[in-house]
Amino acid sequence: MRVLAAMSGGVDSAVAAARAVDAGHQVTGVHLALSRTPGTLRTGARGCCTIEDSRDAWRAAEKLGIPYYVWDFSERFQADVVEDFISEYAAGRTPNPCMRCNEKIKFAALLEKALALGFDAVCTGHYAKVVADDHGHKELHRAADWAKDQSYVLGVLTAEQLDHAIFPLAETPSKAEVRAEAEARGLTVANKPDSHDICFIPDGDTRGWLEDHMELTPGRIIDSEGDELGEHRGAQAYTVGQRKGLRIGTPAPDGKPRFVLEIRPKTNEVVVGPEALLAIDVMEGIRPSWAGLPPVEVRNLPVGQGTSDTFDVQVQVRAHGDPADAVAWLTRTHGEDRLNVRLRQAQRGVAPGQTMVVYQGTRVLGQATIDAAYADRATAVANAH
Amino acid sequence: MTRMSEHVYMDHAATTDMLPEALEAFTEQVRRGGNPASLHAGGRSARMALEIGREQVALAMGAEPVELILTSGGTEADNMGILGLYRARRAADPRRTVVVLSPVEHHAVTETAQWLAKHESAQLEWLPVDETGRVLPGALRETLERGADRVALVTVMWANNEVGTVQPIAEVGEICASFDVPLHVDAVQAFGSIPVDAHLRGISTLAVSAHKLGGPVGVGALYAPRTVKLEPSSYGGGQERDVRSGTVNAAGAAAFGAAVETVVTHQPTEIARLARLRDRLAEGIRREVPDAVLRGAAPAAPEREAEHPVRLPGNAHFTFPGCEGDSILFLFDAAGVATSTGSACNAGVPRPSHVLLAMGVDEETARGAQRFSLGHGTTPEDVDTVIAAMADVYSRARAAGLSGHVPTTGSR
Repeated sequence: MRVLAAMSGGVDSAVAAARAVDAGHQVTGVHLALSRTPGTLRTGARGCCTIEDSRDAWRAAEKLGIPYYVWDFSERFQADVVEDFISEYAAGRTPNPCMRCNEKIKFAALLEKALALGFDAVCTGHYAKVVADDHGHKELHRAADWAKDQSYVLGVLTAEQLDHAIFPLAETPSKAEVRAEAEARGLTVANKPDSHDICFIPDGDTRGWLEDHMELTPGRIIDSEGDELGEHRGAQAYTVGQRKGLRIGTPAPDGKPRFVLEIRPKTNEVVVGPEALLAIDVMEGIRPSWAGLPPVEVRNLPVGQGTSDTFDVQVQVRAHGDPADAVAWLTRTHGEDRLNVRLRQAQRGVAPGQTMVVYQGTRVLGQATIDAAYADRATAVANAH
Repeated sequence: MTRMSEHVYMDHAATTDMLPEALEAFTEQVRRGGNPASLHAGGRSARMALEIGREQVALAMGAEPVELILTSGGTEADNMGILGLYRARRAADPRRTVVVLSPVEHHAVTETAQWLAKHESAQLEWLPVDETGRVLPGALRETLERGADRVALVTVMWANNEVGTVQPIAEVGEICASFDVPLHVDAVQAFGSIPVDAHLRGISTLAVSAHKLGGPVGVGALYAPRTVKLEPSSYGGGQERDVRSGTVNAAGAAAFGAAVETVVTHQPTEIARLARLRDRLAEGIRREVPDAVLRGAAPAAPEREAEHPVRLPGNAHFTFPGCEGDSILFLFDAAGVATSTGSACNAGVPRPSHVLLAMGVDEETARGAQRFSLGHGTTPEDVDTVIAAMADVYSRARAAGLSGHVPTTGSR
């Protein structure tokens, strides 16, 4: 196959490209320029968008003897990922920009360009597995190493995208092995530190970054009764479940810490309360997608509208969260789908805007963006006691 | 020259293979060795190679050997000329802080000027250019009439590296001379391609580079007559007229000289030959892709170009609507044809060219730029190979360029 290897300059994507070469593919390396004003050198361990990173990827490609290019996706990245990140926060939601990047850039803009230019597939250093069922339908699964598993951030991929995705690190037992392999292959990025968090916020200070990029107006911090407890610097810069940085003078009556329960961007209010009130057990997700063939319950749903039978799933709401047992069902009205999930045990700190990825065992079924998360009445009563 | 026999090389404006004469002069001097500043026989022999090279380069631009300061290349020469003129002029009269420049200059010029603006109080006055990237002499005259006493220097390139437009340097020089304002000329892309005369009235300093014309990378020169005062760009032994210190690259200078001599000897016929090949390429591209637009000055007939060039003979620069320049480059590269998106890049990231934007091209159109630059060694077969690949490259690049958003799927 003619494979386009996305190379960030990190060790994972370099080894992934190397394995694609070993597998006999005709590989071309490409580095995505995502920042309009890239820094010259990396600062600290974070980030992946500097010219230094691009040179690292270049050197790795040279070592592998494959052609290498830098493609400019900075405009698309700015529009589809960075601005989306800001507007989601502005709407009181908590987005995941890495998923957005996979959805809009790596497996959309890049993949489409690759296919148009004559490539058959895009290869990345993600830890996840693509397998085919007996009928050749592609499925997305967790990587062998659950500690490094990145299937969550790939949950947005669709069947068509999986047909053109190659993840050579799928079966790797550990990151240490990838580093050792890089070392053995003479790749100088073998000991390069991992990138963390959000690549366009290199110092990791998301709140500070948001304050620089949004117009924040101070407003009221209130409790669920509506009583004012303090002032915030701008509701949009907060996230549900957050505890630090609230700066409320008076302690809670029970002396326990207070958490952000809700963001109300329209009235510029932040609602806080005890941890117990964070517990939710029902989540409703919008814009669901299926990473392969949808479950049979969904396939049986009529086109116009209806509610599917329930199916058992495990649901995960953050990249490194634990999967939780739940039942799921799809509702369809006027052709618009909602993926609903009821957890067997209540969870805390789920914010609208987060992505819920539903699994069955190691298989990723699909995902949806959480639109509403709440405790149904029975749970709420239980919590109150 | 394996590169040229295996592939079609259409990127001579970036760098061109060393000419056999240059390679011979280079290896001979490298083998012989010696420091040209040493007083013994070995030193003298290195000095001889160096000075012969300097003479050959000087002669080719109508200058005297003493007027050339050898540098590490075009960028250093541009830096040295602009910084030197600015500081000397300002030291003589502190009111002179204006740098007048064209918006189509190479980064070696614009970044230097911007550095001066940031650190040494320079004010930049950008001259307008027409839609071919040509500086309007009338606008320069008006600018100087408004206040030549505040102008430290004017800097205009001889020919543009991206779109190939040759500037009206004689006119620009006359105007600068009439206002008694120094002119720096970046002739890096012009020198070797078309006749360059450093003694044109009005020119104070002029930068050239060896590897653009068949010499080695890492050698250049700044033409600066005795009357032009320059401040040192580096400190040490003062080898080059007390302006530039460091052991001079004798082998590089010898090779530069050899390359220049060869090029100048064949220049009139080579201009006509390249212009003819270039026209054949441009015609072929327009035949295959009628929507493609040739940017820069419209070339005259090849015979006339040799006498009075308006466009660099080896330059064909196109914008392809609906395409990304990097897609076109990739597809040509895969087809064995080396091209360029034309604009300077950092870490290989192509950006919409400042030259095209200055010419009034919108950003989206500018993204579809591709420069084909021909040079010694380019054959009619090379040109035909490019034309033969063009239609397929364009249709694929257009498909890639217009690819919208997320691949179509289910409920999304």
